Amino acid sequence: MWIDLLPIALLGGLLGLDVVSFPQAMISRPLVAATLAGVLIGNAPSGLLVGAALELVALDTLPFGASRYPEWGSAAVVGGAIFATHPSHPAGAMEMAIVASLSTAWIGGWTMVKHRERNAQWAGRRRAALDAGARGSVIELQLLCMTADFFRGALLAALSYAVFAPLTTLIITTWGTDARLSRAVLVTIAASVAAGAAWKIFHGVSGARWFFLGGLAVGLVIMAATR
Amino acid sequence: MTARAIAPMSQPERRAVLPFRTQTAIFIRMLAIQGSWNYEILLGNGIGFCLEPALRLLPEGIHSQHFKDALARESKYFNAHPYLASVAVGALARAELDGEPPERIERFRTALCGPLGSVGDRLVWAGWLPFCSLLALLVFGLGGGPALVLLVFLGSYNIGHFALRLWGLRTGWKHGLRVAAALGNPVLRNGPQQIARLAALATGLAIPMALHRVIGPGRVLLGGVLVGVVIGALVLVRLQGRIEGWRLALFILGAFALFSIAH
Repeated sequence: MWIDLLPIALLGGLLGLDVVSFPQAMISRPLVAATLAGVLIGNAPSGLLVGAALELVALDTLPFGASRYPEWGSAAVVGGAIFATHPSHPAGAMEMAIVASLSTAWIGGWTMVKHRERNAQWAGRRRAALDAGARGSVIELQLLCMTADFFRGALLAALSYAVFAPLTTLIITTWGTDARLSRAVLVTIAASVAAGAAWKIFHGVSGARWFFLGGLAVGLVIMAATR
Repeated sequence: MTARAIAPMSQPERRAVLPFRTQTAIFIRMLAIQGSWNYEILLGNGIGFCLEPALRLLPEGIHSQHFKDALARESKYFNAHPYLASVAVGALARAELDGEPPERIERFRTALCGPLGSVGDRLVWAGWLPFCSLLALLVFGLGGGPALVLLVFLGSYNIGHFALRLWGLRTGWKHGLRVAAALGNPVLRNGPQQIARLAALATGLAIPMALHRVIGPGRVLLGGVLVGVVIGALVLVRLQGRIEGWRLALFILGAFALFSIAH
């Protein structure tokens, strides 16, 4: 586990940076971040699986302006890595990976607020130089804040993985609920959040509910056919 | 994109041409426009950071008072959607290099904040992003492997992302302080609604498919899961504004984990 810590921290830092600072190409979305973490551990399909479940939940939070939202980049790295280290997918592994991710995303959202407050302090200290149009100060502030954001994400991912990876291993050995039921509960929760989020986003658009119902009908038919 | 491509050739009275190297520098910096985002000046420093390569083209050079005044002006408070801020960057670069009066530039900056924020939020955060996410989940649900799913998501999302930033820079530069009219572009005006409909379709398709694949050993309980999803979604819709879905998911999963340990 410990040997994975540094690469996970680096990946967490990079993907945490993508959330807001650079380049916002959405490599920090759970689907991508968890899969990349899986690649890092050597089990990309497991990362993808947990990433898909997290992506359903993440549809509930979109990065609108100054709103406060969970930080999915570093969080999904932690969840993807934890699940990928249990390739046989024992009961409780995915559930704990998701709990780890959601907890980390919550803390990550808080660290982003603190980071933004720190950015404001740094900008305040350079106020005179910025008001005077000092080129060096403008560039320095930008680079300083981005570097701090990278370390924020890296530290968050490393600490969270260090806490949740051994905890998950421990909990799996005592997990008493049937694997099928566990997974069914998890999927029900994730899909409920996704459906609720979709309604929140699209219900005001004329005709959108018919598109949704049409898609749902086709989706259910395909699902039944491939069962 | 070449320097000629964004040079405003139809307006001979405005001679400023943005060299390719400057455009590239601005474009790369625009990817970091939110690098110093904070609760005091929001995007302000990022706008100055992005415009700095263009301001180097001011005739008096980077050590002149003109350059410093322009950079100070551009690094003040600014708010916009990060992708559509490229419209402002292009327009402000044009305005500064054309020597527009400072008061006019400042009024323009203030006026542009609102529209660039709301249009971008609706088009990208509430439209394009969920659509691409659901499209990728659909591919996942249909059995796509890690490489394909990531390619679909990152490919589709970033085609829109980079195209929007490039369009914004180009449009802003072309129209300068008269760029507001360009925000009436049909894609910006009608795009959010059309994308929302597509995203609604993708939601209906993707959720059952993704659910079907993630559920794995729980597939024998699929009927119950589907009923549970409908009830859960209805509860979340009823609770809207009181608790966020992801937080509720964490509480329920945490409680379930405790139950499973104690069981």
